[in-house]
Amino acid sequence: MERNNHLPRQVALMRQSLFDQGYLDEQFVQLEELQDDANPNFVEEVVTLYYRDSARLVASIEQALDKSPLDFNKLDSYMHQFKGSSSSIGGRKVKAECSQFREYCRTGNGEGCIRTFQQVKREYATLRKKLEAYFQLARQAGPREAASRST
Amino acid sequence: MGTAAEPRFHVLAVDDSLVDRKLIERLLKISSYQVTTVDSGSKALEFLGSRGNDDRSSSDPLPSVSPNDHQGVEVNLIITDYCMPGMTGFDLLKKIKESSSLRDIPVVIMSSENVPSRITRCLEEGAEEFLLKPVRLSDVNKLRPHIMRTKKLENPKQESREESEGHGEIRSQPPPCQHELETQQGQHHQSQQQIQPHQQQKSSNNNKRKAIDVEEGLSPDRTRTRYSGVATF
Repeated sequence: MERNNHLPRQVALMRQSLFDQGYLDEQFVQLEELQDDANPNFVEEVVTLYYRDSARLVASIEQALDKSPLDFNKLDSYMHQFKGSSSSIGGRKVKAECSQFREYCRTGNGEGCIRTFQQVKREYATLRKKLEAYFQLARQAGPREAASRST
Repeated sequence: MGTAAEPRFHVLAVDDSLVDRKLIERLLKISSYQVTTVDSGSKALEFLGSRGNDDRSSSDPLPSVSPNDHQGVEVNLIITDYCMPGMTGFDLLKKIKESSSLRDIPVVIMSSENVPSRITRCLEEGAEEFLLKPVRLSDVNKLRPHIMRTKKLENPKQESREESEGHGEIRSQPPPCQHELETQQGQHHQSQQQIQPHQQQKSSNNNKRKAIDVEEGLSPDRTRTRYSGVATF
């Protein structure tokens, strides 16, 4: 298969747009720093792990939001964990929505929680799609491109 | 054992988050530490109880430890999350400091929440550092001085083997993990870090660089040695 010489640039542009549009923050760069020749897919592994592991938290929060009255302590506890993982992968928008959710927990605003959780899920899903596309393109470009950053 | 090869330092990482465990493990391995991860304080104590730190010959090697240990691998540093269900990182810290066989192991606390009273409480209880999550490589670089300092002070023989579990002091409760009133959310990691009387940004030059042995899961010809101290063989 002929190598597309434009791919590395496309990968770099896609990557940059994720930062420019606020989907990712500096933590993602930190993850990239942990990649090397022996661990070229570390970032993708962590992100995959994140989506797999946080699925149960999303489900738990969903369940908890169905209860009446709402248990804000429990909701906050779940969201604390979810926010933590989201933060660890550099998911900036997801993290911001999580913070908002926790604010509503703190003030006992159930309506706000329910509304914000829809935002959380939306950002969570959007980030997943964008990262999947990015990782796929990066893999096509070649392992060196996937592991390196454009600074 | 080769004459040039030095044993690596062994860090025990405690975190209930799967993602964060993967992250801290990678951070530590890339810094050439041997790493054991557990997902709870009680498992941490279990692990510590059967290790060489308390001078018993370990008759039951745990599966997570490298098969190279002859005498029981000691733990040179414990890094633990603060907010964990059941036993918090603070509880774990207390138990470690109350144990005559474990109290000399440096303990570092990690937390996603920047709560000054929490930080103070942990430091007062004997934690060496308080790191804000997400933890990064520059944070891990701060760990080495604590290990080196402890190494210099430590007695090869443990004087007392007894575990003193008694604690008669009544301390006021550390801030809980939820609904922190003093939480400063949304602040950037870089500007916060921790309240430390001494902040060592770089490893000091007389730190010995561990020989790059075959690391668990990594190929021997790993080319990357970024963020390392002086490489001496």
